[in-house]
Amino acid sequence: MRASRAIQLAFVAVLFALWWQATHGWHVSALLLPTPLAVLLRARVLISSGEVWTPLAATAIEVAGAFSLSAVIGLALGVFIARAGLRIRVAEPLLTALNAIPAILFFPLFTLVFGLGAGSKIALGATIGVFPIALNTISGLSNVERPLITAAISMGASRMALLRHVLLPAAAPSVLAGLRIGLTLSFLAVLGGETIASFDGLGHQIADAADNMEAATMYAYILVVVLVAAVLNQALARLDGFGQRR
Amino acid sequence: MTDIAIQITEAAHRFGGVAALAPTSLSVRRGELLCLIGPSGCGKSTLLNIMGGLLAPESGRTEIFGEAITGPRPDRIAFVFQESTLMPWNTIIENIELGLIFQGAAKAGRRERAAEALAAVGLSEFANHYPSQLSGGMRQRAALARVLCLDTDIILMDEPFGALDEQTRMVLGEDLSVLLSRTGKTIVFVTHSLGEAVFLADRVAVFSARPGTIKTIVEVGAAHPRTPEFVTSAEFAVLRNRLYTELHEEIRRTMGPELRLAAASADGGRVAG
Ligand SMILES: Nc1ncnc2c1ncn2[C@@H]1O[C@H](COP(=O)(O)OP(=O)(O)OP(=O)(O)O)[C@@H](O)[C@H]1O
Ligand SMILES: [Mg+2]
Repeated sequence: MRASRAIQLAFVAVLFALWWQATHGWHVSALLLPTPLAVLLRARVLISSGEVWTPLAATAIEVAGAFSLSAVIGLALGVFIARAGLRIRVAEPLLTALNAIPAILFFPLFTLVFGLGAGSKIALGATIGVFPIALNTISGLSNVERPLITAAISMGASRMALLRHVLLPAAAPSVLAGLRIGLTLSFLAVLGGETIASFDGLGHQIADAADNMEAATMYAYILVVVLVAAVLNQALARLDGFGQRR
Repeated sequence: MTDIAIQITEAAHRFGGVAALAPTSLSVRRGELLCLIGPSGCGKSTLLNIMGGLLAPESGRTEIFGEAITGPRPDRIAFVFQESTLMPWNTIIENIELGLIFQGAAKAGRRERAAEALAAVGLSEFANHYPSQLSGGMRQRAALARVLCLDTDIILMDEPFGALDEQTRMVLGEDLSVLLSRTGKTIVFVTHSLGEAVFLADRVAVFSARPGTIKTIVEVGAAHPRTPEFVTSAEFAVLRNRLYTELHEEIRRTMGPELRLAAASADGGRVAG
């Protein structure tokens, strides 16, 4: 554990060293890649001036909306499909095929329907996040050990009791993995949508800064996104630990 | 009230065209422990599942206490299976309580009943352990506590000690004999062990080869609870040898003709188990 953490930190340090070398030693244009110091200073200004909070809040709301929608729909769909063998055989390949279509293609349509605000990002994030959640729920529920189900039925378990006390707990690790992937994908989709067409959000700031050739600002926002992703990842690792505790 | 707990009349079943159980009739008396013994794949589990309403036979009738069976009857019949069917995410006491929840018992007193059952099998100390923290023998003991807690008239056990070593199995058998002599429950018990069958049963039903049906029923006269002395008695040896002879013929019959000579010695060793 200690060793792996040390290697991860070393990797980040090497990345920064390469960055420093690129800007100082190899003289890469500051328009493409500002120095690490310039980016860090810009990030500090963004945070201390409070400028970062509006786009951060916008993105957070969109991710929360997209993830909640994909979680509710994905779980409900997964449970509904997994309750019958026939539905699994029909729906699972269908979902897998749909999942292979790049949902970003529908983003222009979403902006037409939901506008350039939060709505279209939430729709995109939810569309992308719903598949791994539904598919993992189906796989978790359909791989429950048969004897556990037989035993519960022999003891008189109703359909609801079976779902609540046997199927869902047995499927929990797989469902949690699905939620984790769903959240990550929703986050990526929301940011992608923001960089393409939006009024607000971290992705919007990054695209805007690039348009205005403010490289330091752009990298500073990318740094913020990386930090948010790291925090999210930590939270999700907690969630996984919870799923595996038994 | 009738003296027959379970009445099977001409029950037969096929799985996808393959005959698993030939037409079989059997009466299980109220309060007796009946062992089912027979070659592997002869339909013992099939018959047990039919008795418990977990499997609807293709033909034939099943009645418990004079009432036709059409599905599970958690109020009157409980199962113990060979593999552990404790929920791995629940503690032992939660698992026992879960049985009561499934059965539809009132919330009040559930925990107390579960604790009592756990004490009866000597596992009180492990109430808050998870199944994975228990040995195989302890897990089956917990499954026994769950079934006692459900407090049904009939208990159907499908090789409950099948995955355990000979010594553990002997001790659990003794415990079972003591526990059950007190409760007067009707039990059908599938086993591959001749010794276990003689030790536990009031009667032993011997199956013929697949598609199986009951070939003979051997009575064991000794009173319950049985003691370790019974195992070393002459009566025990006679009964065990009789079962061995009955079963050996059937197991021979399941072997292909060209396998017979080669299998003969290995065969004898297995049956003696
Ligand atoms: N779910 C099933 N689907 C198809 N065939 C089955 C199924 N269950 C049992 N069978 C077949 O029916 C026959 C009887 O099976 P059963 O499980 O009743 O045997 P058994 O006497 O309990 O055997 P064992 O001693 O090995 O447990 C076997 O030939 C088996 O292959
Ligand atoms: Mg069996």
